[in-house]
Amino acid sequence: MRAFLGFVRKETLHLLRDRQTLAILILFPVVQVLIFGFAVRTDVEDIAIAIVDPTPDIATNQLRERVATSDRFHLVEVVPGTQGLELEFRRGTIRQALVLPRDVERKLGRGDSLPVQLLTDGSDPNTGGIMQGYATAILQRWYRDAVPAGGPLRIEAETRMRYNPTLESAYLFVPGLIAFVLTLMSALMTAISITREKETGTMEMLLVSPIRPTAIVAGKVIPYIVLGFIGVVLVLVAARTVFGVPLQGSLLLLLAESGLYILTALALGIVISTRVPNQRAAMIAALAGLMMPTLLLSGFIFPLDSLPWPLQWLSSVVPARWFLTIVRGVMLKGAGLATLWQETLILIGMTMFLLAVGSRKLAIRLE
Amino acid sequence: MRTTFFLVRKEFLQIFRDRTTVFQIFMIPVIQLLILANAATFDVKRVRMLVVDEDRTTVSTGLVERLEGGRQFRVVRYEPSDVGVDYALLDRQVTAVLHIPRRFEEDLVRRGRAPVQLVLNSEEGATAGIVQSYATAILDSYARELDRTLPAVRAGSNTVRRVAPLDLRTRRWYNPTRNYKHWMVPALMVSLTTIIGLLLTAQNIVREDELGTLEQLNVTPMTKLQFIAGKLIPFWLIALVIFSLGLLIGRLVFGIPMRGSLLLVYLAAAVYLIVVLGLGLWISTVTRTQQQAMFVAFFMILIFLLMSGLFTPVESMPKWAQLVAEANPVKHFVGIMRAVLVRGAGIETVGRPIVGLAVAGIGVLALAVVRYRKSVA
Amino acid sequence: MSEPAITARDLTRRFGSFTAVNAITFEVEQGEVFGFLGANGAGKTTAMRMLIGVLQPTSGSATVAGFDIRAQPEQVRRRIGYMSQKFSLYEDLTVRENITLYGGIYGVSNQDIATRTGEILTRIGLEHAGNELVRDIPLGWKQQLAFSVALLHRPGVVFLDEPTSGVDPITRRRFWELIYETAAQGTTVLITTHYLDEAEYCRRISIMVDGAIAAMGTPTEVRQAVGAATLDDVFLKLTRPGAAA
Repeated sequence: MRAFLGFVRKETLHLLRDRQTLAILILFPVVQVLIFGFAVRTDVEDIAIAIVDPTPDIATNQLRERVATSDRFHLVEVVPGTQGLELEFRRGTIRQALVLPRDVERKLGRGDSLPVQLLTDGSDPNTGGIMQGYATAILQRWYRDAVPAGGPLRIEAETRMRYNPTLESAYLFVPGLIAFVLTLMSALMTAISITREKETGTMEMLLVSPIRPTAIVAGKVIPYIVLGFIGVVLVLVAARTVFGVPLQGSLLLLLAESGLYILTALALGIVISTRVPNQRAAMIAALAGLMMPTLLLSGFIFPLDSLPWPLQWLSSVVPARWFLTIVRGVMLKGAGLATLWQETLILIGMTMFLLAVGSRKLAIRLE
Repeated sequence: MRTTFFLVRKEFLQIFRDRTTVFQIFMIPVIQLLILANAATFDVKRVRMLVVDEDRTTVSTGLVERLEGGRQFRVVRYEPSDVGVDYALLDRQVTAVLHIPRRFEEDLVRRGRAPVQLVLNSEEGATAGIVQSYATAILDSYARELDRTLPAVRAGSNTVRRVAPLDLRTRRWYNPTRNYKHWMVPALMVSLTTIIGLLLTAQNIVREDELGTLEQLNVTPMTKLQFIAGKLIPFWLIALVIFSLGLLIGRLVFGIPMRGSLLLVYLAAAVYLIVVLGLGLWISTVTRTQQQAMFVAFFMILIFLLMSGLFTPVESMPKWAQLVAEANPVKHFVGIMRAVLVRGAGIETVGRPIVGLAVAGIGVLALAVVRYRKSVA
Repeated sequence: MSEPAITARDLTRRFGSFTAVNAITFEVEQGEVFGFLGANGAGKTTAMRMLIGVLQPTSGSATVAGFDIRAQPEQVRRRIGYMSQKFSLYEDLTVRENITLYGGIYGVSNQDIATRTGEILTRIGLEHAGNELVRDIPLGWKQQLAFSVALLHRPGVVFLDEPTSGVDPITRRRFWELIYETAAQGTTVLITTHYLDEAEYCRRISIMVDGAIAAMGTPTEVRQAVGAATLDDVFLKLTRPGAAA
């Protein structure tokens, strides 16, 4: 036991002496939170829109006013015809265009149908749809107010957003950030740590010592568990203080689950370290191999429900996916263990599996 | 010149002799592109919905049928009242709840308008907005249909002069099939190539330092410029190959459009890669261990990717962030790719960003050359 | 009387408050085999690293092959060869590939590279191992290969940093034969070592203690100057606290 603790102490000192890495490890989560929270958004605003108005009159003026004063739109120009529109779309200087017919006011007065064209840059299907929705809404509202009586039948939806009423992007991303950062950093650190020992040959020295191989690995990994926790706490503090991301549920539960997940990620790192021959391969495997799948298959940015079913299966082996559900559940929905026990169990299972695979391979290799 | 050739040759020999590295370099981007291109979508299908229909008339049932008719919603539960709705949302059994109140049909007939309540799980904020837009679109089209078929009995009159609804024709340019892959694959390709390229160059010089071979090189008459060039060229060529593989896959497997000039795309890629790989080499000159190099590279990659418009639109970022993003080479290249491939833009649109990248490339390489020291002060 | 191959005048290197090399002054004649002796940490490697141009001196000056190490480092680099303690060959390249690489960097023509590769392989006894990875060849051969690569471009001065560490006595013997051959052809050899028996092989030696040169001259001169029977005793005498000159 004393030898073991001494070993842990060595690993910790090792880590503490490397100022540059330490700074990055601590700075990293915080900076990521700040960037994510402030800069990464899915809200669509300031849409560059053009209006084609061949015969400006009172009615079209009203529409122009509404578009110009809306914060969703940025009215770039009002032109009489459609020439040159295509070039502007291609250049990206406008992303939508409203093409009005001639003599709007008169048509409205006579109750004639009013053909309006709405052109949207649909390259990005997501924002394309949202932009189209916004423009449609503004048009419909204008039309209702412009026609003489009543207007067409309409069903009005009052929408309430649960758990994230203002659709704050920060609420969406920050919980996911915890998962993402923990995954990559823990896996990376562990993989590097072990392979570095192998490369420099000090591993053999350790093996001759009375400490058992599993204890060696455990000892290596403990400083990173602590570091992972510090990272979680830092991200949480930043999330709450800077962005006001709620913590509806129990902090204790969140920390406990985070602890569990750190173990999962570390176990992943151990497995990686057993399958690669050197540090460089370990780093590439951990970073290049994990980054995109974690970003894309965990529900972090792109919703799980959108995944085609083969990928839904695949995502269930991505540990981050389960942890993300847990974090979001606890932070945004106030969920407790009663609702989250399945996900927790899955994580525990994954951790144990990974640890078993990893330590067995490690033992074989070391012998 | 000749020295550089020998250095490049050595680098290639080393890379291709290491089977693990070769596998990682080419397979990781390719495999990830093949699999993940299907994952990067906000498309929401079969949203599980719970309906509370307090009206239970033909009109209200018609609405529910309309909702189920498209592939967007799937009504998994019907409830007579609000009881249990909260828990269903909490437990993620459903993502959306539609509440049709008691006088739905009556209101439509008498007043021409009726409210409904929609409650959406906005845990994943992005989808909530889309689900809302799907729902309102269906509500709108149902309303239009009712307009023609429902008798209008307004208080105090037998018939009402029916006003024509707005004849709105919407067209989505460039991606009328709303294929997320067309939008995401070009950007994914860029990201995957960038990740590998940056990681490889970032740890390259540091690794030689750790192994001791760097000192031997420093004793030779090789110049700093020859050294950096000898490191840049092999990875630049490899990255271009990976990029081309990505384009091939994008075209053959995912059918991404290539409306603009491929030559332009390659020109942009060539310049862009110099910036990215140069950054990697610079990282290698300012860090002292492979571990540090990896971390700095990771840090940089994440920031670059997040602020590049890959996942979330650049236009959605606050103004100050958009300004910062101007310094992000990934943002420019992703923009160029999308502009040229999806919108068919030409040199008039992408000329400036390409020049900007070229300037950045020269700057970054200069930084690396200056920073690298053959002798320690 | 030709110019000395290496001169050093008050060459000093400090790292913060620690003085690794303390104002050393010496000269090495052309074609001489000069041994730099000293305990680990005495400053030998630091001194050598300054002479080969990978470490800047804090003060003092030196010339190698007639060129000033500070003002004309590139000229120096073209005319020297170096073999580091770690041999610094690329383990993941073959024997031939290593030779070709360094030949190319030093500007040796393709023809000459081919010829010299053959010569080296024969002389070391690696004719059939030309395409083996350096990683896979035994230590003794690695060492001789590294030495040959250092001489590939026919430099006037070659620096060897503890080249025989960890190598068996027979290989060491053979190695010294190589060194003599090289010196006989006019190449100057500066070698650091902590093997005292190797000191006897050098024409002149210098013994560094705590960064300064405590004794210098032929082995006989040094023994007489310090008043000891064997170099072993010389060493002990000099490294005892208070014995440094």
